Amino acid sequence: MTYFLVKQLCDISLLGRVLPFKVCRRKIPSYNICYRVLRHCLVKSLPVLSSSFRSLSTQPAKDAVDLSKFPVDKIRNFCIIAHIDHGKSTLADRLLEMTGAIAKTEKNKQVLDKLQVERERGITVKAQTASLFYSHDGQEYLLNLIDTPGHVDFSYEVSRSLSACQGVLLIIDANQGIQAQTVANFYLAFEAQLAIIPVINKIDLKNADPERVESQIEKVFDIPREECIRISAKLGTNVEAVLQAVVKRIPHPGGSVDDPFKALVFDSNFDHYRGVVANIAVIGGRVKKGDNIVSAHLSKTYEVNELGLLRPEEHATQKLFAGQVGYIIAGMKDVKEAQIGDTLYRHDHPVQALPGFKPAKAMVFAGMYPMDQSEYPALRSAIERLTLNDSSVTVQRDSSLALGAGWRLGFLGLLHMEVFNQRLEQEYNASVIVTSPTVPYKAILSSAKLIKEHGGEEVTIVNPAQFPDRSVVLEYLEPMVLGTILAPDAYTGKIMSLCLSRRGVQKSMVYIDEQRVMLKYLFPLNEIVVDFYDLLKSMSSGYASFDYENADYQAADLIKMDILLNGRPVEELTTIVHRERAYSTGKAMCERLKESIPRQMFEIAIQAAIGSKVIARETVKAFRKNVLAKCYGGDITRKMKLLKRQAEGKKKMRRVGNVDVPKDAFISVLKRKEK
Amino acid sequence: MITYMFRKASRGFSPGLRRFSDLKVTEHVPESPASPRLTEQASLYVHWPYCLRRCTYCNFNKYIPKENNEDIMAKCLQRETETLLQLSQVSCITSVFFGGGTPSLAHPSTIAKILETVSKQVNLSDEAEVTLEVNPTPVGMSKLKDYHHAGVNRFSIGVQSLQAKDLKSLGRDHNSLDALQTLAEARKLCPGGVSVDIMFGRPNQTTELWSRELSEMLRVCDDHVSLYQLTLERGTQLFKQVQSGQVTMPTEEITAEMYQCARTTLQQHGFQQYEVSNFAKNNSESRHNLSYWTGRQYIGVGPGAHGRFVPLGEGGVAREARTQTLEPDVWIREVRQRGHGTRRRIQLGHLELLEEVLVMGMRMTTGINHKHWELFSPELSLLEIFGGSLVVQELLQHGQLILDDRGLRCSWEGLALLDSMLPVLLVELERGFSQKLAAN
Repeated sequence: MTYFLVKQLCDISLLGRVLPFKVCRRKIPSYNICYRVLRHCLVKSLPVLSSSFRSLSTQPAKDAVDLSKFPVDKIRNFCIIAHIDHGKSTLADRLLEMTGAIAKTEKNKQVLDKLQVERERGITVKAQTASLFYSHDGQEYLLNLIDTPGHVDFSYEVSRSLSACQGVLLIIDANQGIQAQTVANFYLAFEAQLAIIPVINKIDLKNADPERVESQIEKVFDIPREECIRISAKLGTNVEAVLQAVVKRIPHPGGSVDDPFKALVFDSNFDHYRGVVANIAVIGGRVKKGDNIVSAHLSKTYEVNELGLLRPEEHATQKLFAGQVGYIIAGMKDVKEAQIGDTLYRHDHPVQALPGFKPAKAMVFAGMYPMDQSEYPALRSAIERLTLNDSSVTVQRDSSLALGAGWRLGFLGLLHMEVFNQRLEQEYNASVIVTSPTVPYKAILSSAKLIKEHGGEEVTIVNPAQFPDRSVVLEYLEPMVLGTILAPDAYTGKIMSLCLSRRGVQKSMVYIDEQRVMLKYLFPLNEIVVDFYDLLKSMSSGYASFDYENADYQAADLIKMDILLNGRPVEELTTIVHRERAYSTGKAMCERLKESIPRQMFEIAIQAAIGSKVIARETVKAFRKNVLAKCYGGDITRKMKLLKRQAEGKKKMRRVGNVDVPKDAFISVLKRKEK
Repeated sequence: MITYMFRKASRGFSPGLRRFSDLKVTEHVPESPASPRLTEQASLYVHWPYCLRRCTYCNFNKYIPKENNEDIMAKCLQRETETLLQLSQVSCITSVFFGGGTPSLAHPSTIAKILETVSKQVNLSDEAEVTLEVNPTPVGMSKLKDYHHAGVNRFSIGVQSLQAKDLKSLGRDHNSLDALQTLAEARKLCPGGVSVDIMFGRPNQTTELWSRELSEMLRVCDDHVSLYQLTLERGTQLFKQVQSGQVTMPTEEITAEMYQCARTTLQQHGFQQYEVSNFAKNNSESRHNLSYWTGRQYIGVGPGAHGRFVPLGEGGVAREARTQTLEPDVWIREVRQRGHGTRRRIQLGHLELLEEVLVMGMRMTTGINHKHWELFSPELSLLEIFGGSLVVQELLQHGQLILDDRGLRCSWEGLALLDSMLPVLLVELERGFSQKLAAN
């Protein structure tokens, strides 16, 4: 069994990971899974002289906090990772209270989750950081809690946060046990070679079964059950043990105050008044107000205006020292200047830059259009402001004959997209039409001429209009994901047939305890992008959890499908589909159009076609009679109003051939279905 | 800028009315003075708001009277007629129509008084058509003669159906025998001046039943038939019955078939269709209704009545859409206080007027001829508006619409689809109109 598990882990890492500096490690087959590697990969190469380090700071303490009294061996950088609702934010609240970062009140709920969408959905989208002061065995420690988003869509954010840490608290619900995101998050931490402390939360619940969860942890993650800490974050039970474990089990950061200053930018925010606020992890040396620092990425020099700790509010200090985590404001005017993953150093002492991060790649695309074109400028500024703080969203202007001017936005994943929409609606009060999401396909060109034109043989296709013809293509590729599903075994059959219908290929199936199964499937991303998760949830009465990670591209039999109205193609409804799915997709689109195109004076044929071959058809019958039979006593006001409204509507309709198509029809076909 | 444009437009469209240009009228273009006839005459609609009972399908403005207040009602109708005639400054009333409600509940003397009021004030020729809607009940029938004496020369009889069961379920207060007798009596009094209303698309009706019923009707009717499709209106008893599934209405397909079947049958019996729902032989068209469809002025008197006229009497220059107060009691109070119960007045801009002329005119089988359109739109011809339009071209090509040297009209097939074509035509009209404005 152990063998099986290990093999599976290796499979995953081969398929899943993208960060290049991890490659060397994941190829080493390891039968004894190392869940605790002492040093973070980014700081691995730095000289290690930490344990014998003494604070030699002579700086008089002008700050309320004298950071010089925290040498690296008194610092722990960690984050909390968990499946949704397993209690990450509650534990963070408790840790903040116990260390005096915030007052202990009833009101402390999700203190680190500042966004409305975070509070509503119980998720973290934007990572926050909090520095905690903690005394243990007569020693004062600086614990930096770097909050992370919980969902793998934000794994980019997670890995950024992880890169500033040496250890993680992996929270697992004592009732629900290991869930899909627990697994995904574990691997992120595992591959970043962080110390992992499993924390079993919610032991106060009636159905809590920490024993079972411990065996799951042992089985799935190969972590001895003795290392699990059982707590109730809600009641504060045993939370002290968590803090002790952070001190004892998580290695301190490397680096020394004597090194030249070097810091990693792991997050950045934009503040209208102060410009860019960059969150940094000081890898070596020290930095103070007034220092001239350089960003390695742009080689631009800045003067440090302000710096300090995040507790979680900004708390200005005079200096930051090696191993510490905090914020810095240095006159950067644009988030692009504070490139995440960038290295900062003193202008008079250049250092070798850290490897940085590979930029996040948009995997889910959707069109966004204002409900009414008059709202375009407002929506534009809302999108601009939102993307200012979320550089992982790609924005491309787009326009549709039916929906007007809008954008094509790229997101890291589905949740990312939903969260973005929700923020757009809640924080900017913008009402938008969001089209059904699509994924980026690729084509390997065969024609030398086209290769030259594109400057390479591979082209990425985001818009179906750009889909190159089969005749000039060697093969088409579609993005794949490796999905993890955890569910009670009673649902296995149903789930397997769902996966099969979504062109999923089973990679593994493991019982993590007597009742729960972990399934791994390789899916085309396109198949899970719309309603897969909803179906999975409903067929398992909500018990199944699902998560996925990107798993590169695979050759696929892709075709372009046109929707025709009385023989005329409707440009904005052209879709790229897998040949196997063409019929069902085409039929569904025709049916939705039929429902929303009003009857007209002639018959309307709605067809889905591949090339010249029609694969599905619906018909809207012609009106045989459409005239009001009676006009009473000169009362034509009502009739005129109705006709005028229809005339106005007519102006807004999109004419395809001789067919008037109301905007609503496009919306109903293109729009994501409401849940 | 906009004011400027309208000013120019008003000059452009109505050179003869420049005398009004110092009035602050810019947006609303007066009716073309090329035809003073338009403002010199009008037809008169008089609304009798009471019914004995409520038909299950009717959501029209009618009331079940609590007490007999006929005297008051008669006085108020006279008073409002006086006021509005004065306001309109018309010199001639071309036709009078007593509608309702159930105007045949009114005493013949009431009808007489109103007609007297009209002829005292303006020219009401003996030839003028005076129509009364009649419910074919024995009581109604007994008064026909007196109505005739009072000056009514045309009866429009609400037969609706000859099926006893249907009459009952529709909530009508007559049976088919009553209908036949009333019809015969009316024909005796006004030969060639009797119209019957029949209704199709009734619950559980089939095309075959309808066809048979229509043939039966054709054997007994006079020279005019009005064909109405029962439309399901919110708030009616029938609506509730259909909602709850007690009653099924024929499908759209079936009613389309019924309509076509009726058109064909009527034609075979020598009836010319002259409007979407009206058929006549021997030149017995309803002149009153024709005046609506040709965009003439009309004055509406009585609770909830609608009118379209220029209130020249108070210096008005543009046609107004006017609505009288709905509730009879409130209306009565208002008429007593200020001589009329006008609740709403909306000035029609030139475009709005043309829109009405277009919408109403297209209901006629003859459509709108060029001369007629010119009366309202001397500056912008039908050809200019519709000739260059691709969408209209399509309708012409498909044979649903005809635009020729006579004018613009629907084809036989097209007439049944008029409501689908009107929005298209309205869009073109607006486009042509605003282009013309910009060019001027």
